[in-house]
Amino acid sequence: MPRINVNVDGVQREDDVEPRVLLVHYLRDRLGKTGTVVGCDTSNCGSCTVLMDGVSVKSCTVLAVQADGTDITTIQGLSAGNGLHPVQQAFHDQHGLQCGFCTPGMIMAAVDLLSNNPDPSDDEIRDGLEGNLCRCTGYENIVRAVRQAASAQVGGEQSGATGSREEVPA
Amino acid sequence: MTAVEERPAREVGSARKRREDAHLLTGRTQWTDNVTLPGMLHVSVLRSPVAHGRISRVDAAGARGVAGVVAAFSGADLADDWGSLPTAWTVSDDLKTPPHLPLATDKVRFVGDGIAVVVATSREAAVDALEAIEFDIEPLAPALDMTAAMADGSPLVHDDVPNNRCFTYTEHHGDYSATRGRAEVVVTRRFINQRLIPSAMEPRSVVVAPTGADEYTMWSSTQVPHFVQIFMALVTGIPQQNIRVIAPDVGGGFGSKLEVYAEEAITLVLAKRLGVPIKWTETRSEACQVTIHGRDLIQDAEITATRDGTVLGLKVDLTADMGAYLQLLTPSIPLLGRYMYPGIYKFDAHEFGCTGVFTNKTPTDAYRGAGRPEATFVIERMMDELAVELGMDPLEVRRKNWIKHDEFPYTTVAGLEYDSGNYEAATGRAMELFGYDELRREQAERRDRGDTVQLGVGISTYTEMCGLAPSRWLGQVGYVAGGWEAATVRVLPLGKVEVVSGTSPHGQAHETTFAQIAADALGVPFEDVVVVHGDTRTAPIGLDTYGSRSLAVGGMAIVEASRKVVEKARVLAAHQLECDVSDVEFSDGRFSVRGSPDAAKTIQELAFASFAAHDLPGGESPVLTGEAVFDPEVFSYPHGTHLALVEVDTETGAVRLAKYVAVDDVGKVVNPMVVEGQVHGGVVQGIAQALFEEAIYDEDGNLVTGTFVDYLVPSAADVPSITTDRTETPATTNPLGVKGVGEAGTIASTPAVVNAVVDALRPYGVTDVQMPCSPQRVWEALNQARGGAQ
Repeated sequence: MPRINVNVDGVQREDDVEPRVLLVHYLRDRLGKTGTVVGCDTSNCGSCTVLMDGVSVKSCTVLAVQADGTDITTIQGLSAGNGLHPVQQAFHDQHGLQCGFCTPGMIMAAVDLLSNNPDPSDDEIRDGLEGNLCRCTGYENIVRAVRQAASAQVGGEQSGATGSREEVPA
Repeated sequence: MTAVEERPAREVGSARKRREDAHLLTGRTQWTDNVTLPGMLHVSVLRSPVAHGRISRVDAAGARGVAGVVAAFSGADLADDWGSLPTAWTVSDDLKTPPHLPLATDKVRFVGDGIAVVVATSREAAVDALEAIEFDIEPLAPALDMTAAMADGSPLVHDDVPNNRCFTYTEHHGDYSATRGRAEVVVTRRFINQRLIPSAMEPRSVVVAPTGADEYTMWSSTQVPHFVQIFMALVTGIPQQNIRVIAPDVGGGFGSKLEVYAEEAITLVLAKRLGVPIKWTETRSEACQVTIHGRDLIQDAEITATRDGTVLGLKVDLTADMGAYLQLLTPSIPLLGRYMYPGIYKFDAHEFGCTGVFTNKTPTDAYRGAGRPEATFVIERMMDELAVELGMDPLEVRRKNWIKHDEFPYTTVAGLEYDSGNYEAATGRAMELFGYDELRREQAERRDRGDTVQLGVGISTYTEMCGLAPSRWLGQVGYVAGGWEAATVRVLPLGKVEVVSGTSPHGQAHETTFAQIAADALGVPFEDVVVVHGDTRTAPIGLDTYGSRSLAVGGMAIVEASRKVVEKARVLAAHQLECDVSDVEFSDGRFSVRGSPDAAKTIQELAFASFAAHDLPGGESPVLTGEAVFDPEVFSYPHGTHLALVEVDTETGAVRLAKYVAVDDVGKVVNPMVVEGQVHGGVVQGIAQALFEEAIYDEDGNLVTGTFVDYLVPSAADVPSITTDRTETPATTNPLGVKGVGEAGTIASTPAVVNAVVDALRPYGVTDVQMPCSPQRVWEALNQARGGAQ
């Protein structure tokens, strides 16, 4: 069995994996990273999106062995402790989630989108999230959330702030 | 500064951010598939590759030798472990309810019908070993087309159901034929309300753990844990009290998890047989095949009217595809719509008929709106068709016939009493937001210029019935249970509040909105209220979540239970304040003596005193707790006006939804942010039926749209921004004045969009475009209208 070295949410791992194991199953079944979920089996829904070396990937489309030597960030590693990343905060503020199943993937895709395009238009947001399906929200509030996160990031840079992590209300 | 001072004067009506977000945003979720238990095994189901066939042999022995496999069973091996899966609604005397075993033993009846199972130490091993099961299925010709399935000589899905007829149903209100005699205009149309795949984002999953002597805990991705508990007891013979069902985080449902599924019985029975925890999780392609589908009706409609645009009668005849088996509510779904076909209009007569037909396809059942979107589609399409026939503006025809705001309460031709509404106000606001008159002008200009890209305006002035449902009514129409809902409200010793609800959410924000209701009712901070739900052990009394009932029924139970808590506290307050109970006033969490506002006890103080129970008034029991079961006497009737603007490229058939305005009247609103979110999501689901989605089978009965590659659930890039607003006409039939909002958007939007597409193509002679209005369908409709070959 191949051995992989992979850093997941800041923890270095060394594991033997079957060659056919998908990254998402490695994360969920082996590491217990169940925040990342599986919504389809054809890489259409994006629920399993994580960051691989900072770039969003659908972890059902990546073999665990392909993640060898990379840094993986899941929804569970996006913010420290009980803090929220600005994108998470924006989804909360704008009611950008209902059942929440697509949310981890949607947030990771949005983080990647904003890292490439810090101030996207609404159309760019919609195009940028095309690979992530949501059945609950009609996307309206997801677009608003990404817009808020973009403003927060742009505003944060202008004011020299290092981040706007807030506690989520209990 | 305390939380009390910070909170809004009233919680109900405020856009509280959701407390359920915290764990969903950070991945600290409890989806059923996340449940992992020591020694847990995984089950995989071998499914029929043919739509129809006779099983001559299934031999699971081969799988038993595969590495990792613990057990393997055919349907026959497990036939004594269970009975038929339930159908809870006897819609007619002639209803045929053929047996529906969790694993087929005699025939397979759709592609995906389960025939055997493998239990193994990993999901992968279980799936791998399915290939080692040997089976012989003699293929039979499938019955796939509803109309052909009813013809003599058609293959029979169930050998003892002649002509595949599941049921026939008719209902007459007034004298429809008489309206035909008086009518100056008769419009007849046939619509196809296509089959849809609900596609909740979380695939279904079930975990069952044996916990004692014939005792089990089941986690299931379900909308209806209480139903599942009751029916699992009936299906397997395990005593009801020994089955604990937990619906943990549930990732959407839309009716598809309002169900009792084969896999729940399979997982339970295997846990019982093997004595270890068992997990089953469906793949998406499995979900497409075996989780229920929605809609799938042929709808024949006829409307009679006079030349001045006054409607007289409405006749509707449905042919409804049940699929291969009756699931929990399958036959009732097309019939739930029967009251809604007349919509908001004043008809003299309504004739309704429906035939349910078995086919060799996935069973159908409730999908967001469940009969009401189908009804609304017909009436709103027909009002447009009538307008064209009369040469009137479609809004004018509606205005002429709808119930005026001063005519409520109004008993419709279908026999429902609509308590309240203001169609004029919602329509006026929608027209204003939409820019109706201006867009009509632009449409006329484009038509005059003969632009290749034409504009279409679509209208939907819908209503629906929410709050399933009055138990007496449910009994009269053949449903096995009632429609009440239960709540318990407890003020804990330290003054915090626990609300136990029998309805559990899968995205609808119960934890937030129910806390808002209780906070107001008890005068406590929102932050102090926790909502407990979704577990038959901790919330044992309940009838679950569907039919936009949670607030209109479950919310009322919380109001009533809170009132009981306040009354109990009032008695204790009077005792402590040494006054008469009738002199105790309650406001904002304080019980004070009338005329002496300084003499007061807070509900928190009383909660501890009641808990300590050192000095209770005579006859009073300790602990501030109240229980209530609310059974509504009537439905509630949200309504609204939705307007859609489309651009249709008459050369390519491409449709672009350019603008969408939704003005809804859902009565009083507990949380406007949540309501708006429900409308957004509902509208897009309805748009998806109008423009994108269709479950398609090939001539052999294979589901062609069996993955998200082929079944087009729209992405953010496929849909426009939705403009929403509300008018507020409180329901008069419940103390909160609420109506329900979960399904409204889906009910309203499909006809709005299709009306817009057809409107754009009217100058070319197009009178209908079959859903989904894909470029191909639009182009074909245009080409046909222009006299071209199809």
